[in-house]
Amino acid sequence: MEALYLLVPLSVLIVFIAIWIFFRMSDSGQFDDMVGPALRILQDDDGNHPDPFDSGQ
Amino acid sequence: MSTAVLIDEPSGVAQETSCFHCGQSLPNGQAWTVTIAGIHRPVCCPGCQAVAQAIAGHGLADYYSERDALPAALPDGLADAALRLCDEAVDTGEAVLSVDGLRCAACVWLIEKHLAHLPGVASCNMNVATGRLQVRWQPDRCKLSDILLALREIGYAVYPFDAAAQEARMQRAAKNLFRRLFVAGLSMMQVMMYAAPAYFSGSDAPDPGEAVLLRWASFILTLPAVVYSARPFFAGAWNSLKQRALGMDVPVALGIAAAFLASAAATLLGRGEVYFDSVSMFIFLLLCSRYLELSARRKASSALSALTRALPSSAERLPEYPQSRHSETVAAASLAAGDTILVKPGEAIPADGILLEGDAAIDVSLLTGESEPQRKDIGDTLPGGAVNQWQPLVLRVVHPVADSTLAALVRLAERAGQAKPRIAQWADRVAAGFVACLLMFTLAVFAYWQMTDPERAWPIAIAVLVVSCPCALSLATPAALAAATDALMRRGVLVLRPHVLETLHRATHVVFDKTGTLTVGTPGVTHIVTACPKDEERCLRVACALEASSAHPLAMAIANAARQCGLPGEPAADAHHIAGQGVEGTVDGIGYRIGNMAFVGGLCGVACPWEDDGILTSVYLGTASRWLARFDIADALRQEAGKTVARFLAEGKTVILLSGDRPEAVRRIAASLGIAHAWGNYLPEQKLAFVQALQRQGAIVAMAGDGINDAAVLRAADVSFAMGSGAALAQAQADAVLLSGRIDGMQEAAATAAKTMAVIRQNLAWSVLYNALAIPAAAFGWLNPWMSAVGMSLSSAVVVLNALRLLPTCRGKVGMGGMVEQIHTLNQPSHPHPNPPPTRGREHAGRTSSSSYSIGAR
Repeated sequence: MEALYLLVPLSVLIVFIAIWIFFRMSDSGQFDDMVGPALRILQDDDGNHPDPFDSGQ
Repeated sequence: MSTAVLIDEPSGVAQETSCFHCGQSLPNGQAWTVTIAGIHRPVCCPGCQAVAQAIAGHGLADYYSERDALPAALPDGLADAALRLCDEAVDTGEAVLSVDGLRCAACVWLIEKHLAHLPGVASCNMNVATGRLQVRWQPDRCKLSDILLALREIGYAVYPFDAAAQEARMQRAAKNLFRRLFVAGLSMMQVMMYAAPAYFSGSDAPDPGEAVLLRWASFILTLPAVVYSARPFFAGAWNSLKQRALGMDVPVALGIAAAFLASAAATLLGRGEVYFDSVSMFIFLLLCSRYLELSARRKASSALSALTRALPSSAERLPEYPQSRHSETVAAASLAAGDTILVKPGEAIPADGILLEGDAAIDVSLLTGESEPQRKDIGDTLPGGAVNQWQPLVLRVVHPVADSTLAALVRLAERAGQAKPRIAQWADRVAAGFVACLLMFTLAVFAYWQMTDPERAWPIAIAVLVVSCPCALSLATPAALAAATDALMRRGVLVLRPHVLETLHRATHVVFDKTGTLTVGTPGVTHIVTACPKDEERCLRVACALEASSAHPLAMAIANAARQCGLPGEPAADAHHIAGQGVEGTVDGIGYRIGNMAFVGGLCGVACPWEDDGILTSVYLGTASRWLARFDIADALRQEAGKTVARFLAEGKTVILLSGDRPEAVRRIAASLGIAHAWGNYLPEQKLAFVQALQRQGAIVAMAGDGINDAAVLRAADVSFAMGSGAALAQAQADAVLLSGRIDGMQEAAATAAKTMAVIRQNLAWSVLYNALAIPAAAFGWLNPWMSAVGMSLSSAVVVLNALRLLPTCRGKVGMGGMVEQIHTLNQPSHPHPNPPPTRGREHAGRTSSSSYSIGAR
């Protein structure tokens, strides 16, 4: 069971890393809108329509 | 999808019966089309045509094949000049916009794609849950008004979103709490893993080295939960102690601190029990119920911010009036007292003002609950928020926008949301007493166990602290009240004072005013007398045809009566108005006159067969040779009045009718409603004396009246309802406003009050039962700290969830739901608009006939 002496501290470290990642995600606003992304994923973005605003520039 | 046609069909004109863009049925004989992918599509109006062209022209026609819901009505928002004003207000290159009319996934796609095409837009982010669009742009390449215009172009109503401080605070608090919750959850799960060996190892104790390792790991992982996640509890406890009170956070904070410090000491010293798992679980579960409570509060505040939008954000100022009528568009907030402004028909009046020019008919339904347009003469004061119905008006501003009637209303509602109702104050006091007793009890239990079994003294004291749950008092009571207030606001009852719900529930007497409260306050046809019997329907049809294009209150009464009988409203061909007299016109080739007796008599040439009894207002109808009919017009009962009175009577409350009207009229109304106590000819002072006399006899009086006349008595009553009367609210008289202008709002408030009090009682009963069982159990040492934590958290969740039952169940599909629509309908007149704003393409076809009238009326 000596492996525990490595694995337990490692798990503690991983939890702190998880908290750090979560804070970064939260800061970037990922959890602000829980509805929109589910809708956006359904849209195809690959239509190659002309861009009318850029054409004049 | 059912009405939208896929765009990859063969070329040609699609044979459709409904509008390609909005799905409404096509008007007959109109030929607006839009060409998408080489196919001509029929649309119902120029508005839809413009939007569909804009969408297709920007290469976004995929919207039509992707959408699974039809778009909202076209916005009739700000004029271009008003939009330009936004540029001055926001020049930072970043703004949050509030978007109405989101219907489906394709809307989000359309908005984001369309904005991404705009030059200068750096990023845009649509938050579907809140209906907010965050945009960033380069100020030198594009302006906020360009963005607003671009969104208007594709058919969405967009407003610059001026977040109320309260809402922004709530949002920050929710985000913060969510982070604390996450950290606590992570910590709880992992610490539980480390605790498992200790629970399951049983008699064969684990290796001492491993046990120490697991304890240290638990200690390190509980640290963030205690230091970060539990901070609100420590802060709350500290704040209440600073105010020399004992809030519900005190035992929670003490419990967490005691358990954590005892466990930490055990870990450091290497002997004794650890409760890290209980600590982290307790924090996590408790934060869950706090999170629930906070989201309920956020919903409640969103309804209020919608109300502020009823005031227009821009105004037309006439700087050189009266020399020149040159107008400039300015932000409504910049108007000062003394400015002269122009208000076009169909627009809301931006600030309270005195009428200088124009014959005004204004819809003040938002402010007074009266749906009938009110006539105002030169020199009268017009309230901000009222909608101008008739013709262009020139006003001199008396109060700046911030002091306008509607703004005052919103401020009052905000203040009411912050104040604590008496019952919540009572709950706080009881909770403080409860906590004080609990702390003493814990000390006694600790001392007892210290003498008998010192080993168990700490865990038992912690269990007692943790298991006790004053949540029903301090957490669930305010949550129940907030949820009920929110539910009422969504039904058009704006609660301005915190005590409304509890007082209304206890009320013994309900006093109604008559005019405008139980009755509509505006005329309706009560009786039709015809010269030939059985001629009633034909006369009504002719009268309606003549009056169809008039906005006069009496004409509206006749038109309404005809509509109720299901008669078609074909307007007469050559209807001609004679001011103060009536209307002359031709229907089916016969000339008629409708109006007062002298005017109609001028055409008939014979004496009128009916007498004018002087009580009722009558309108006469006649042709060249004879009199045809008399329409008696009087103030009609509200449809919902009977039901409301009956419900209050059934609940055992005494219903009283007090009115300044003639006693006969009051008695007639009272008899038809089943009200036993009715008095007429009461002046406002007499009403006040009457209510005060009732109160001296120990009655608790609920009063409903119209805001202005009854201001004094409304203030005296224990709980008062004003019929949508913002004007009086500026002086803060009534406790609640029936924004819907319907008296049954009061009944709804009473029902909600009863439900709220029931929920609060249930919570208190549960709380008493739970604490009476759990605290002694913990004191006898039957509960571990972890069991206490689960018990307390469950009890807390039970009371909060019970309180949340009061939240309205039906919500808007996306973003802000019912309230916004309600505000918009409040702003719209309830009858055909004499002069529709030109961009409201949807109703275009139905309204062209009446819009010609307003030109003639000027």
